[in-house]
Amino acid sequence: MAGFDVGTPILEAPIAEGSKDQHMVLNMGPQHPSTHGVLRLVLEIDGEIVVRLYPEIGYLHTGIEKTCEAKFYQQVVPLTDRVDYLGPMANNLCYCLAVEKLLELEIPDKAQWIRVLLTELTRINSHLIWLGTHAMDIGALTVFLYTFREREEILRIFEMVAGQRMMTSYFRIGGLSMEPPLGMFERIRAFISTFPEKIDEYSNLLTGNPIFVNRLKDIGHLSKEDAIALAVTGPVARASGIDFDLRRDMPYSSYEKFQFDVPVSDRCDVWARYIVRMEEMRQSVRIINQALDGMPEGHFKADAPKIVLPDREVMKTQMEALIHHFKIVTEGFAVPAGEVYQQVESGHGSMGYYVVSDGTAKPYRVHMRYPGFASLQALETMCKGRLLADVVAVIGSIDIVLGEIDR
Amino acid sequence: MADSTTTLLGASAVREALAEHPAVKALGDSIIDAKFDRGELTLTVAREDIVAALKAVQAAGYNAFQDMTAVDWYPSAPRFQLSYHIQSHSLKELLRLRTLVDENDASVESITSIWPGANYYEREVFDLFGIRFENHPNLRRIMMPDEWVGHPLRKDYPVEGYR
Repeated sequence: MAGFDVGTPILEAPIAEGSKDQHMVLNMGPQHPSTHGVLRLVLEIDGEIVVRLYPEIGYLHTGIEKTCEAKFYQQVVPLTDRVDYLGPMANNLCYCLAVEKLLELEIPDKAQWIRVLLTELTRINSHLIWLGTHAMDIGALTVFLYTFREREEILRIFEMVAGQRMMTSYFRIGGLSMEPPLGMFERIRAFISTFPEKIDEYSNLLTGNPIFVNRLKDIGHLSKEDAIALAVTGPVARASGIDFDLRRDMPYSSYEKFQFDVPVSDRCDVWARYIVRMEEMRQSVRIINQALDGMPEGHFKADAPKIVLPDREVMKTQMEALIHHFKIVTEGFAVPAGEVYQQVESGHGSMGYYVVSDGTAKPYRVHMRYPGFASLQALETMCKGRLLADVVAVIGSIDIVLGEIDR
Repeated sequence: MADSTTTLLGASAVREALAEHPAVKALGDSIIDAKFDRGELTLTVAREDIVAALKAVQAAGYNAFQDMTAVDWYPSAPRFQLSYHIQSHSLKELLRLRTLVDENDASVESITSIWPGANYYEREVFDLFGIRFENHPNLRRIMMPDEWVGHPLRKDYPVEGYR
């Protein structure tokens, strides 16, 4: 497996004889602030040079895939929020699209466009947390306060839309959970019209900052071939020259109707990942503006009375609707047997939900593919032979969220 | 080409309708079952053929390993189904390859020789389903503690309560 060590088990096969007096084993995490959660790294170091690196995960394993099998299809939606807890709408979207594909359900344009709008806001939210914490790991504490100022406004928009700041569960099977509130579009427009200046502001703080630049450039090299071999996706892959974005290349939820560029870089280092993500935020702004300008009229959920909950008013005045409501809530709805795999480009890379149905009201199997799980495998390749201090920069650059890795 | 509304069941139906499909072409006679459903192509190959099949589709343009997981069909036999999802960056497509594994001899050849990125995915299936992967460089539990007894995603493992 030359060149592709996906973490050599250091605990079982400790340091080779002869090198014992120089090498040492260092434990980093699971409570280390730069590991963004509960990632534990076991490092073998020669002075300050990393010789081997072994990630230990599972500290946040909650068995969410097993839990899904015991819930009705609609009850799984709130569980998905909690997987990648920094990008709730993208999780909801991926799961809902998968079940809708199984049901062969048509979603009205308006619902699809609002999904695009909010998913892009989620991407900005996710990237803002990445930027703030990444810069903080490097030592630029100020940026964190700036990015969290804008993130707060996004969370307020989410609260306005869904009643929840982080665990939104706003997308439901068949559409949205409720009509978007009055003033939502104006509020998003107000935010998005000032946001490009804010990106410039971050850029002014970081892009020309020699300390930041020197900590990032030519660090954590991951070649294009290695990125494909190690199943790395998303901004990390695009920073290694892989020109692939699911939104553009395999569009879902009417992304084909939007114009945007996919930033790609051939630098293959931490700096390239920074540049790619900064540009992605600007492209998200473009998509959001298009979604706001071209928002179609229509209903916010599909016309499928046996799957989608009826409106409250209708439910209280019509017997049919009341029966459907009661049936969906107490018995769920049967989904035709089959298996589907739905992919969505989340803030971290390509997310995939594999849903297998046996024809009952509960999913037979839900498997979640999250980009962080694959990116973590590339950590040793990126850190080997480099300084220990660079490990922190590299972890920040793959935008790690342990909730999505351990599930 | 078939669109997302057509459904094709069985190896012969898929071979006939999708004769020009690069994956169908590449695998040829090693396809023992096939399905085109909801716009997704699923090809089933024998357990012994899985590495050769993945190498063949890799050569046919499916360059990026995306995902790999298992489904437990307990109590029917063969019990486990392994699903490999392979992405093609040039064809802009996703392919699902399946293989069936029996409970008594739950082991498959590891595909880490083709895509080292399958490492964690195989460890996860080993951990949660108890399927062994031959020639895997580091087949240890990944989610559960090392001393854990049982495989949580198996259907005979309860969701709550005592084991």
